[in-house]
Amino acid sequence: MAEAILRMTGIGKEFPGVRALDGVDFRLLPGEVHALMGENGAGKSTLIKVLTGVYSIDSGEIELAGERVAFTGPLEAQKAGISTVYQEVNLCPNLSVAENVFIGREPRRFGRIRWREMRRRAADLLTRLDLAIDVAKPLSHYSLAIQQMVAIARAIDVDARVLILDEPTSSLDAGEVAQLFRVMRRLKEQGIAILFVSHFLDQIYEIADRMTILRNGRLVGEYVTAELPQVELVGKMIGRELAELERLDDRPPARTSDTLVEAAELGGRVAPFSLTIREGEVVGLAGLLGSGRTEIARLLFGADHAATGTLRIGGDQVTLRTPRAAMARGVAFCSENRREEGLIPELTVRENLILALQARRGWSRPVPRKKQDELVAKYIKALNIRPDNPEMLIRNLSGGNQQKVLLARWLILEPRLLILDEPTRGIDVGAKAEIQKLVVELSDGGMAVLFISAELDEVLRLSHKVAVLRDRRLVAELPNDDTLTTDVLMETIASGGAK
Amino acid sequence: MKRLAWPAGILAALLLVNLIFTDHFFQIEIKDGHLYGSLIDIFRFGAPLILVALGMTLVIATKGIDLSVGSVVAIAGAMACLQISTLPSQDSIGGVLGAIGIALGLAVALGIGNGFLVAIVGIQPIIATLILMVAGRGLAQLITDGQIITINSAPYKLVGGGYWLTLPFGIIIVAVVLALIAFVTRRLALGLLIESVGGNAEASRLSGIRARGLLIVVYAFCALCAGIAGLMISSNVSSADGNNAGLWIELDAILAVVIGGTSLAGGRFSLGGTVLGALIIQTLTTTIYSIGVPPETTLLFKALVVTIVCLLQSPAFRAKVFRSRRKPAPPTVPAGEKVTVRT
Repeated sequence: MAEAILRMTGIGKEFPGVRALDGVDFRLLPGEVHALMGENGAGKSTLIKVLTGVYSIDSGEIELAGERVAFTGPLEAQKAGISTVYQEVNLCPNLSVAENVFIGREPRRFGRIRWREMRRRAADLLTRLDLAIDVAKPLSHYSLAIQQMVAIARAIDVDARVLILDEPTSSLDAGEVAQLFRVMRRLKEQGIAILFVSHFLDQIYEIADRMTILRNGRLVGEYVTAELPQVELVGKMIGRELAELERLDDRPPARTSDTLVEAAELGGRVAPFSLTIREGEVVGLAGLLGSGRTEIARLLFGADHAATGTLRIGGDQVTLRTPRAAMARGVAFCSENRREEGLIPELTVRENLILALQARRGWSRPVPRKKQDELVAKYIKALNIRPDNPEMLIRNLSGGNQQKVLLARWLILEPRLLILDEPTRGIDVGAKAEIQKLVVELSDGGMAVLFISAELDEVLRLSHKVAVLRDRRLVAELPNDDTLTTDVLMETIASGGAK
Repeated sequence: MKRLAWPAGILAALLLVNLIFTDHFFQIEIKDGHLYGSLIDIFRFGAPLILVALGMTLVIATKGIDLSVGSVVAIAGAMACLQISTLPSQDSIGGVLGAIGIALGLAVALGIGNGFLVAIVGIQPIIATLILMVAGRGLAQLITDGQIITINSAPYKLVGGGYWLTLPFGIIIVAVVLALIAFVTRRLALGLLIESVGGNAEASRLSGIRARGLLIVVYAFCALCAGIAGLMISSNVSSADGNNAGLWIELDAILAVVIGGTSLAGGRFSLGGTVLGALIIQTLTTTIYSIGVPPETTLLFKALVVTIVCLLQSPAFRAKVFRSRRKPAPPTVPAGEKVTVRT
């Protein structure tokens, strides 16, 4: 086995009240893809931030290529050859692609930036990643996936020896993931060590050579991917058996309850579609990224305006001009875009949780503080939100727990139709199972749920029926019976429903 | 309340500086049934600024800014004085109340205009209110016909220069407005909704908050506060000067809000902090006069103090200063030895 390019031994890091890392060992070999696994709050992000100099360590030591290092900032780590691409793209959307790749280290001559040279080199770099885009266009012109690639191009240009990819795939569709993996394999051949974090187990098994598992800030172990079955991996990550998840595998029987939502030729940013949702029914929306799933959700919630068609909720024909109007009809929408459309980062968990309820009551009828505390305590317990401190700012919670708070914001309203757009994206296996279980319970209680997810087996496990989208068009509506499998769904997506 | 510790400390320090130059600075006495003293004066002359800054606080909490308050101050004063000057008897209480009503109504209408431009048309707040900041001065001069309107009205004089229950009337107005805002924002839910819109407007809309209406109300309220301040200022001097009334008060108000700990990025706001911030600025002005800074260096001196105050307020700056002081310290105490307190 080759000598490790990076070796971390006995790393400890403490935050006020939390022991984030406790004597963790970690090593990275040149030319490998190494997955860092663990639930939210297991210490993955902290380990990465310690490694890249964002945080200092309390104990332990870091060796890079045999030399002991102690970075005081990300820039220093980058100069030493450790580059990071974060989950949320940290680039400037208003600048051009080329400027983003070279920001802070533009090619210069006599102090002047050499624009032409910069554009040429940016184009070269992106070609290495199989990406043919106009580097003079502003970054915001391109999809999130391409922005991610640009971030990677920026990272590898800095003569990286270690490349850290923190959840790079959470907003990519299957084709884009494949493209990313091609790039990763090429970088691997060049001897770059890649540290990869992802919540998608299939992706881990496809690309990672070895993995290190963390739980509650401690090292569980280091494994060769091919020698560790998935079930064992999940067991090691969450520290308990998967019986709960397995139980959900029974398919829900079709619903025959009253119709709650009836959309007829409703259209706007999607082609006109017709869809009915019954009370207590879970309707899955399947399709690739950008296929129109979110657009349907926004139409039903009044976030976008319908250009054509009619919508009936509970028998009444309605025209939804604002989310507020939809809420009055008992519709709730939990957006996939937590940061931009969900969180109020400066407010506390309690305030975020009661926000929709307070909005419905208006400014003049505050939710009494005692009632707030009751509600918040109830949902923190029911959804297992951690830490269970309602006065903490929500931006200090992990992604999974933020998601649960946002979910609770809508559950408080006791909606008749709950629209969940990618509720389990970017959150850990344990929280995922909890949310899936919750959907089943809610639907058993009579709540209709529109469930949007890129993970087809999740859609299949929960839905009574599945609507398939492709290119902003609803192409098929399939009852979830024994004949429906992820393969059938994928085929339907691929063929556009044509038999 | 830890957030208010720094502005409160700075205010206390400024007041103490005055004690060095002015004997009996903290002395408050009753003359002719009125409270007198330097502290009372700071409150009294600071009242218009506190009012404007309170309105500004709410606007800034929504991630906006209102540059037009100075012009609204001038317009409201001009309108009130113009109305009063046309009264058959300037001492008629009904007539004065009518004039005040018209002036404040005009201020609110202008505020609604600001809110409309920001919330409905979607212009950036700094530009939207810049329009009224510039045009408003012209409007004020139109109202006064380019002259300074002088009036002689005893009831109107009460607003800015009078006393009630031994207290200057302006202080009472500020107390009432402050209590009202505190009640509506903190006892009722308006504060949460404002902070939510300022923290993340789109997420707030998707949570069912009527952000547009909220913005219009906030801008209208800010203009109302500026209007009341305008009445106080014109009442105090019994005249309306469209050119100079409330000049640059928007900058002092923004400064007061920032010193008080409300971020210009919107979200969390602190009413108590704003009041402290406005008092700091007013005390500074008083201090400049009492220690006799030469008039030509007044602005420079003020800028210097404000810079220091803002730096002290910044947690990032404090962390830096304290760290660089602490770093050289450890080597002086060898490890393992007992630390002795040096005196």
